[in-house]
Amino acid sequence: MSAEKKFLLDGKPVTFNDGQTILEAARGAGHYIPHLCWHPDFPAHGSCKLCIVKVGGRHVSSCAMPAKEGMEVESNTPEMNGERRALLQMLFVEGNHFCPSCEKSGNCQLQALAYDLEMLSAHFNHFYPDRPVDASHPDVLLDFNRCIFCELCVRASREMDGKNIFALTNRGIKKHLVVNAESGRLGDTDFAASDRAANICPVGVILHKRQGFAKPIGQRTYDEKPISVVAMECVKATEGAEEVKS
Amino acid sequence: MEAAVSTADSVLGSVLEPILARHRRDPVRLLQILREVQETMGHISPAALTAIARALQLPRARVEGVAGFYSFLYLEPVGQYRVLFSDNATDRLLGNLELMATMCQKLWVEPGKVSEDGLVSIDTTSCTGMCDQGPALLVNGWPITRLTHQRVNEICELIRARKPLAQWPREYFAVADHLRRKDLLLNSVLEPGAALRAAIARGAEGWLAEVQKSNLRGRGGAGFTTGVKWEACRNAPGTDRVIVCNADEGEPGTFKDRVLLTSYADHVFEGMTLAAYAVGARQGFLYLRGEYRYLLEPLEGVLARRRADGLLGANVCQAGFDFDIEIHLGAGAYVCGEESALIESLEGKRGTPRIRPPFPVVKGYLGRPTVVNNVETLAKTVLVALEGGENFSAYGTAQSTGTKLLSISGDCAFPGIYEYPFGVSIAQVLEDCGATDAQAVQVGGASGICVAAYEFQRRIAYEDVPTAGAFMVFDSSRDLFEVARNFVHFFAHESCGFCTPCRVGTSLLKNFMDKLADGHGAKYDLADIEWINRLLKNASHCGLGTSAANPVIDTLVKFRPAYERRLQSLEFEPAFDLDKSLACARRMTGRDDPQAHLSSEFSSEESPR
Repeated sequence: MSAEKKFLLDGKPVTFNDGQTILEAARGAGHYIPHLCWHPDFPAHGSCKLCIVKVGGRHVSSCAMPAKEGMEVESNTPEMNGERRALLQMLFVEGNHFCPSCEKSGNCQLQALAYDLEMLSAHFNHFYPDRPVDASHPDVLLDFNRCIFCELCVRASREMDGKNIFALTNRGIKKHLVVNAESGRLGDTDFAASDRAANICPVGVILHKRQGFAKPIGQRTYDEKPISVVAMECVKATEGAEEVKS
Repeated sequence: MEAAVSTADSVLGSVLEPILARHRRDPVRLLQILREVQETMGHISPAALTAIARALQLPRARVEGVAGFYSFLYLEPVGQYRVLFSDNATDRLLGNLELMATMCQKLWVEPGKVSEDGLVSIDTTSCTGMCDQGPALLVNGWPITRLTHQRVNEICELIRARKPLAQWPREYFAVADHLRRKDLLLNSVLEPGAALRAAIARGAEGWLAEVQKSNLRGRGGAGFTTGVKWEACRNAPGTDRVIVCNADEGEPGTFKDRVLLTSYADHVFEGMTLAAYAVGARQGFLYLRGEYRYLLEPLEGVLARRRADGLLGANVCQAGFDFDIEIHLGAGAYVCGEESALIESLEGKRGTPRIRPPFPVVKGYLGRPTVVNNVETLAKTVLVALEGGENFSAYGTAQSTGTKLLSISGDCAFPGIYEYPFGVSIAQVLEDCGATDAQAVQVGGASGICVAAYEFQRRIAYEDVPTAGAFMVFDSSRDLFEVARNFVHFFAHESCGFCTPCRVGTSLLKNFMDKLADGHGAKYDLADIEWINRLLKNASHCGLGTSAANPVIDTLVKFRPAYERRLQSLEFEPAFDLDKSLACARRMTGRDDPQAHLSSEFSSEESPR
């Protein structure tokens, strides 16, 4: 057995196994790197870019970049957190996010990250897109206003549920989620509230009906502890998923 | 009612069936199927999407997702005549927007909408690669060049008379080569097969060594060494290797590949076959941008002749290797010029760039080792085969061997194709093309570099000013802010939307540039623009995002007054004019007295500019 391989994360040594990405290795060693589209049960997606780090002066997505011996990685620095904050602001202004009236408030990873990274305003002008909700399904409501295009529902439905309920269409700022039915309505698909895809949204797009505000805002997961702490507790507890069930 | 539905179904079926059969119901060919269905039906209806999905055993949502990605695929009815004005910065110089306004007025249709009788729709599209003979447009996918007011009037008459395109005057559709300066490549005459036989005489390894000796680098802009790419593919594990020719020439201001495919197609196809021989590939694709749809039949003709001559197919040149080439058409997506997005598109998917590594040479088309080379790069391998690597590398500079084709357009007397040995100065090029009053040249297209007059001694080479070939000249009368704004709109339109910084950042940048153009800019906005530029550069997933900020970064540094004279104040200004927004209320109440206006302290309407 060869000697342990290590890289430096913000000056601290992190051991890793071959094939592990920077994010995976950091997480295993108890270091949190912010992320939204990355999920332990899926291959790296690399779209949200919240997990960007600097390696040898270059920006890379830590969820997709394989760890290498001797790398010097900068993550929890004012520069990287400043850029992450701006990416969060971009996600907030491209959709319609009204946290005070959102059922996911307190359980939402976008909101939790914004608190954790001390995002105080949206900074940029809002786009105010017109995205009608879909309430056609008996058990699940789709509120597209909050979509951040992490594609976790797309991936979970395809790879775990074997149903392909969701896909993305159009492109650029007009990109949006579509449902696998000619009517475009979730009610006309075989989607079920027990699907993995129905329970994986990190924000408030996919909501279970008749469960609204069962637990008051203020007592929810990220109301109690910041996401950087919750995420690391999840690693210790289950080595697995960190989505919050409401 | 039911009878009507079943008639519609059977009409749809009779259109779909031959197309699906021709493509063997292969889901990998989804984009080609969608294109052909649209060519027959005008647009792709919801029922057609469902039927295609069912036939290919794909989820309907995925088919809808692919169809929705490409600009030239329409999910809603469009005009019987679909007119798309090319909207590159060079078309703007030639007055394309005025011509489009004239056409819209004459045909009673708003841009982006379908006329009430369903006859015509008129809109803009990204650069169609006709910059040396613009302004240009596409009508139902076919290019018309050299537009004038007279020609636009004639086109309006033809549309009103519902004349089929086949009966329109042929000269409308003439596309000229404009070969202005010929050098090694453009002067070479290839007897089809001669380069191939020369390479075969050296053996595959000897031939690869020759390519490495030539130090040929990719002509698509990035400049990766061709021999290294080929060797990596040759050594990658796997058996079914693939050669892809990237003819998705979408960079605004570039059109040299169009000319090579028009008049040097044998060079290109022979280059692909040479690549196949070197790496051991059996399958080849030419990915042709949708704007060059008109070249499809002539290129198919060249392929058929080469097959008949034993230069493609089984046992090429009796040398014991098989290789054939298939042409895939794009459908209006600049991002597909990025090699991994191009491969996704070839596989019938949305053109989203992949995570790299793995690189295409290891895991490309359908997971197979794949070489993606630019049209010009492949054509140049023919010269290496005929003249030898050493002779080739004697041309140009130390790190940039051989020659480069430049696509020259804009404010110059002789726009067209110029071939120079690498190392030529920009000043020399300007002199040759008759640009006497240039204040700036955009080298390398929208994603390239804006070179100001004080830098005209710089040289075209990977060591100095690298380029995929675009060379757009702007004279002293031009406003470089407007040029940059045009490019920013282009990137916002072409962003695939995969990653946050590019999806949102390109649109934010567009809004900021529009705010400045509308006269609401403040110094604060310039700081925001610079901040977004930095995020695009640092955090984007692929080259589209990282280069989307280039036109603004360069012009902000080199032509800052063009921005600053648009600023209203040094403080924050909102993106709208509060007093102007009340105009509608004033009209409704029939008031226009001073009391009906906000004080000039808060509005700029009354204040002298």
